Amino acid sequence: MAWPKETKYLGKATPRLEGPVKVSGRARYTADVAPPGMLFGAILRSTLPAARIKSVDLSRALAAPGIKAGVTAKPTPFLARYYGDEIAALAGTSRNAVLDALRLITVDAEPLPFVVDELEAVRSDAPRVVADRANLGEGAEKVTGEVDAAFANAAAVVEGTYRTQVELHHPMETHGHVVQWDEDNEMTAWSSTQGVFGVRDAFSKQLGIPQSKVRVLCEHMGGGFGSKFSPGAEGVLGARLARAARAPVRLVLTRFEESLAVGNRPSSVQKIKLGADASGKLTAFQLESIGTPGHSTGVSNAGGSGGAAFPAPYIYRPAATRVKQGSVAINAGASCAMRAPGHPVASFGMESILDDLAAKLGIDPVAIRLMNDPSELRRREYELGAERFGWAKKFRAPGTSPGPVKVGVGCAGAAWMSGGRGTQAEIQVNNDSTLEVRVGTQDLGTGSRTVVQVVAAEILGIERELISVRIGDTRFPPSGASGGSTTTASVSPAVLDTCENVLAELRTVSGIEDPRGNRWKDACKRIGAAPLVVRGKWREGLSTGGACGVQFAEVEVDTETGFIKLRNILAVQDCGTVVNRLTCESQINGGVIMGIGYALYEERLMDPRTGVMLNPNFETYKLPGFADIPPIDILLLDMPERGVIGVGEPCTIPTASAIANAIANALGIRVASLPITPDKILAALGKVPGGEPRALTSARQNEAFTQLAALPTLAPVLSTAGGSHT
Amino acid sequence: MRLTINGELRELALEPRTTLLEALRLHAGVTGPKESCDRASCGACSVLLGDKAIYACSLLAIEAQGAEITTVEGLSRTGELTRLQQAFVDKDGLQCGFCTPGMIITLAALLRRTPHPTEAGIRAAIAGNLCRCGSHPRIVAAALDATGGRVTESLHVLQVHDHGLA
Repeated sequence: MAWPKETKYLGKATPRLEGPVKVSGRARYTADVAPPGMLFGAILRSTLPAARIKSVDLSRALAAPGIKAGVTAKPTPFLARYYGDEIAALAGTSRNAVLDALRLITVDAEPLPFVVDELEAVRSDAPRVVADRANLGEGAEKVTGEVDAAFANAAAVVEGTYRTQVELHHPMETHGHVVQWDEDNEMTAWSSTQGVFGVRDAFSKQLGIPQSKVRVLCEHMGGGFGSKFSPGAEGVLGARLARAARAPVRLVLTRFEESLAVGNRPSSVQKIKLGADASGKLTAFQLESIGTPGHSTGVSNAGGSGGAAFPAPYIYRPAATRVKQGSVAINAGASCAMRAPGHPVASFGMESILDDLAAKLGIDPVAIRLMNDPSELRRREYELGAERFGWAKKFRAPGTSPGPVKVGVGCAGAAWMSGGRGTQAEIQVNNDSTLEVRVGTQDLGTGSRTVVQVVAAEILGIERELISVRIGDTRFPPSGASGGSTTTASVSPAVLDTCENVLAELRTVSGIEDPRGNRWKDACKRIGAAPLVVRGKWREGLSTGGACGVQFAEVEVDTETGFIKLRNILAVQDCGTVVNRLTCESQINGGVIMGIGYALYEERLMDPRTGVMLNPNFETYKLPGFADIPPIDILLLDMPERGVIGVGEPCTIPTASAIANAIANALGIRVASLPITPDKILAALGKVPGGEPRALTSARQNEAFTQLAALPTLAPVLSTAGGSHT
Repeated sequence: MRLTINGELRELALEPRTTLLEALRLHAGVTGPKESCDRASCGACSVLLGDKAIYACSLLAIEAQGAEITTVEGLSRTGELTRLQQAFVDKDGLQCGFCTPGMIITLAALLRRTPHPTEAGIRAAIAGNLCRCGSHPRIVAAALDATGGRVTESLHVLQVHDHGLA
């Protein structure tokens, strides 16, 4: 059976199931869980960006009022690798008691040299972040075609260096867990997580207990964006404290800790060269890049693990390409997956230089994309989008907007693998006609609970109100982590399959040939005393991958103040068959708005002299707010034949590139560094000196790329974020 | 300390340094208001003090004595959602929901002052509330919907015969 063509719920706007509990304050998040006798946990963090921790003395802290347990992060001696690295943790009867007692921990630490700037860290004389490894790693060159010849024959060649910043996830709910052990040494964790099963398995491994002895619960969680796949150091410390104190422990991070220690999107410096023939057809591409994933090294981003590499060339496929990407360690918090790992980074470099090339050749940016984009779907999206956006009327040659406030337009595309498989589900049907669907997935705010209900109501032909949905528990049939935009595509087919099995069983039990719709109640009455319990699982043919999407942006740039005002954004997005218009729209809005933050506001700032993060809070790390967000117009392509495809990530990929291109179009000058802040606009216009003399920046960049070029090419071939081109 | 929380007088033994947010969440068991930034930047902890929305993380509990404290739970004490809350559900003015209690409280305060705000007035009123899921357009739509304002449709679904792709 495929998805039905005539639908009552599927593809309609269904308000989310958990809406009423969320708007009335009754939804229970991790920090709202309080088992009897619960203690509060907190972590002592390194105030040195690099140090040898020789000893940690907890005795004074343990003697303080209310303190019940203390643990060190690792057996001493150990190395602290960044400002914020975990040293020790305490649990006690009140949060204030624990915060007070943290100050009584005596740490004997030897400060070590550190480096927090990626361009400094590549220098051969830079302090090593990991003692036995160079800071700069990877860098195997990948070549296709005759690159030098292709550039020599190109009618136009553009070169540029494009930089992206370290971006933080900053979910409104910080990372945290409540952990409780029982007398049989079994543990229950109420975790704020994107994957209850992954967290269960990681707890099991790191605490050395069987998976069957760990239960992870996540009823509601306040966002993750890729940063909440594992229990984290805080989860394991909380579990150890709870075991030591023989009492439940709640360990929830502060916003300050959230800024330092739970992941981020890696930075990049991308030196790109692009060649085309006179018509604008791309013929040659060369990219060298370095970026920092923080204190970890040697991590590629295969599978979206959050390394510094990214897909290149992104989307477009010139025949001749040479790509060499390096990853450099610094003394700062490690990166991890962040919403479409690698892709917004890749998109910014590629889409920027493509527009620079279009400008040089005098070609319209939409036209050069229609000529070079290999995806038929995306090309159609550009056509549909250009029409709706009014591109032909709005576009003018770069820098030709009159007056002090310049207007510009830009566009960019996305390619995301999506996909998703493997979910299992269980349905219990009661003889009063109600039912309970159980799936071990979780709802990040994407509306997965509602997806389960919508699919079940549609397939069974019954009212949504009869269906209770239970998720977020490792005692339910397994489902994968919610990452890679895979949840809807993995869960929906499993629910459909289970519903079909329900109908088959019910047919047998009740003797009613078609128990759907108005026969449902009668069929259920014949179940008998014991409820019917039926399993099902994901199967092929109902969901797929390969989401595209393009976006258009219109901006105003005030050349006297550098202020950028977004006029409007258009997102054209496909996601196969639409399951729920309402939550789908919300996710696309969310992706665009996160992209606005990446384009204009957000950046982790490190102080090179002290190694300290300078903006670990919401006053100085700027998220987009209500005043910053323009009207967002969404054109959603319903493509039922493709089945269900996730949408959460593709919609954030092209936003910053489209905005950056619109700014370049307005000014006729490229600001090649994210976030594009007013000071960078004014520096680009020559109205104020830049933060760092440009000659110095380019000297530092050149030196970094010399180091990258010198890396042996024998290293394992770097994988770029896998198979994501469509 | 004596705090009037959602119409109920509560006696709590608190250290003087306890914030109103800590008093509510950790001592009174009222967990609707959320801690997110803990320094008056994000608004997730917003509660009403009388008719005014304030950041509960940045007020000492001792200073809230004698005032009517209303949290998001207190808006729908009878179990029936207010028009504003229902509009948040209907218009999907939330995703993860962690900022939602603060958004609703801040807007509830606005509606007590201005029953029929403009869109600009709504945006200005909640400028001190952050949302990371990017629900801003739907939050504004919900507030407009609850106050009889006009909500512009921003989603357009193209069917196969419109886009021509199989």
